Amino acid sequence: MRGVLRRLPSAAGHPFAFVFPFVLGKLNVLSSFLQFLFSGLTSGAVYALAALGFTIIYNSSHVINFAQGEFIMIGGLAAATLTAAGMPLPLAIVLAVFIAVAVGILLEKFAIEPARNASVVSIIIITIGAGIFIRGVAQIVFGKNFHTLPSFSSEQPIRILGATLMPQSLWVLGIAAVAIVFLWWFFNRTLFGKGMIAASHNRLAAQLVGIEIKAVLVVSFALAAFLGAIGGIVITPITFVDYETGVMLGLKGFTAAVLGGLGSSFGAIAGGLVVGIAEAMAAGYISSSYKDAIAFLIILLVLFFLPNGMFGGRSSERV
Amino acid sequence: MRKKSGLGWYLGAAAAVTLGLFTSAAAADTVKIGAVLSVTGPASFLGDPEKKVLDHYVAKLNAAGGVLGKQIELIIYDDGSATDQSATFTKRLIDNDEVDAIVGGTSSSASLAMLPIVEDAEVPFISMAGAVTIVDPVRPWTFKVVHTDRMASHKLFQEMKAKGITKLAMISENAGYGKSGQEEAHKAVGEYGIEIVADEFYGPRDTDVTPQLTRIKNTPGVEAVLAWGIGQTAAIVVKNYKQLGFEQPLYHTHGVVSPFFIDLAGPAAEGLRLTAAPIVVADQLPADHPQRQFLVDFKNEYESTFNEGVSTPAGHAYDALMLIVEAMERAGTVDKAAVRDEIEKTDGFIGIDGIFTFSPEDHLGLSLDSLMVVEIRDGNWTLTD
Repeated sequence: MRGVLRRLPSAAGHPFAFVFPFVLGKLNVLSSFLQFLFSGLTSGAVYALAALGFTIIYNSSHVINFAQGEFIMIGGLAAATLTAAGMPLPLAIVLAVFIAVAVGILLEKFAIEPARNASVVSIIIITIGAGIFIRGVAQIVFGKNFHTLPSFSSEQPIRILGATLMPQSLWVLGIAAVAIVFLWWFFNRTLFGKGMIAASHNRLAAQLVGIEIKAVLVVSFALAAFLGAIGGIVITPITFVDYETGVMLGLKGFTAAVLGGLGSSFGAIAGGLVVGIAEAMAAGYISSSYKDAIAFLIILLVLFFLPNGMFGGRSSERV
Repeated sequence: MRKKSGLGWYLGAAAAVTLGLFTSAAAADTVKIGAVLSVTGPASFLGDPEKKVLDHYVAKLNAAGGVLGKQIELIIYDDGSATDQSATFTKRLIDNDEVDAIVGGTSSSASLAMLPIVEDAEVPFISMAGAVTIVDPVRPWTFKVVHTDRMASHKLFQEMKAKGITKLAMISENAGYGKSGQEEAHKAVGEYGIEIVADEFYGPRDTDVTPQLTRIKNTPGVEAVLAWGIGQTAAIVVKNYKQLGFEQPLYHTHGVVSPFFIDLAGPAAEGLRLTAAPIVVADQLPADHPQRQFLVDFKNEYESTFNEGVSTPAGHAYDALMLIVEAMERAGTVDKAAVRDEIEKTDGFIGIDGIFTFSPEDHLGLSLDSLMVVEIRDGNWTLTD
């Protein structure tokens, strides 16, 4: 601002001198806004994938899986480590997703299933413990350093109206969209997916018509791990990954899920994008020091004013 | 441990009684050097090479007869990059292990936590961290190796002034090295006729700094950008800078100089200019550079011993250890006050970070010439001057 004012005198001779800073300001306003929007959409897409993971597990078990962030971390770290060891990128990605899904299944088998008669709160606490355990193991297996992946395509930024977008951001948005379409297909077009929805509505009734609740739980953890790993892998070329990456991403995903209304898939996606964009706008227009605080401010506001989230049903009454 | 030294004491006492020799010399049959390092945790990429170098060179010194005719006993504690642990282990080195001198404090915050304890106990201490506040104001028992954030400011501002840059934007990490560097830059900038027209901050674990850089981009008249920080977000600054298509030169400081930084930042780091210790460009130094042969030898020895590229912290550990050992040799004793005095009298010691000359007013002992300005070209540190 001060800089703009100081510049004025040099152009003061021109009849429209007073217009210049104004026009310049307008252009900057638009390009800055777009820049913040792009950065918000990119991280928002990853939050959305994490939020979907929370949603799927919540629907099948009413448990909030606080180890969801670790799936993101495992996906990113495994892919980065395998690529660094010389494996071609596509193969490393597939293998990393498999590793994360295996961890998800093991988590369900060895931590959640043995405690199936425990209260929901106890199981939530188990997931927190499992998350700490997974982080510890990751620290030993992958080391403590940050790792990165090469961008999937070019590193050349795309210019749009004065703002720039990395091609990797398009990959993030595109792959998130594909994952979401796949989920929609699974839940609406496959018998097992429909069974999972049935189980989320009424567990006992679903059991009575022959839906295997144990299998529903395993598949829900596998799916949540799958979504987390995908998110972790596509975002790694932009943000890098280390063994602690999952903590913050997991909390942001949880915020997104709560904002969207726990249990609503559409809400999870919308919540993720809203949290991502709100953060980027706050960092751009207010101060980046408050960026991480935005997500938690959102959670407080939601709990005060919108306890069922934007798109939540009345399920919370039942709990 | 305790049992062994107790036995030593009894033997010494017996020897004194029967032969009438000096008990204290017989009791202290080794020279004890203690170290508190961040071998694990987030600062492990610094602490790990430091530990390797200390172990390797103490073994080498011992094989050549040790110091003052005694073997060196090296006691290393790992603070796990937790500052409270650095303080606890420093107390333990002093009270339980009764060391003769201490090196360490891998990070600035660890060194600052150790400082009051060594000053209190009056033990010679050489820190291996960057912040200028460790030796400013000068404290009697604390010395340090490693170029400071203040030196980086002066070095880069000299270069900017020579290029005619007068309007500078800064983007700094709002913690530790980044924060103190940002403050030092503000103090130094006036001397060079440079004005700081934008001053942005980011958090240590931020994954995106495009909003801050966009604000810098919208500030009119910016001729160069200086970034302060360490670790992975420093690499994100470089990537985002490239993404936004800045045309102005970007500067970083020696806080980011490690092979890991180039890996993370990738091609976006091409053309980045930064301050660096001479060790990273050892092979490129002019033939008549007083440190050249010494640096090349150190680099080759490190790389063949540990099978990894040499990095700046390796040099810090070597300098800290050798400054103490040489001071002990000159003092002819491990008496703490005598060793402290000898460290302070160090004059023209050729180390890895530069040529050290301490004085009662200067416990860093490095001149601005010992800091290099390098540029990243084809993924390598390249000497510019």
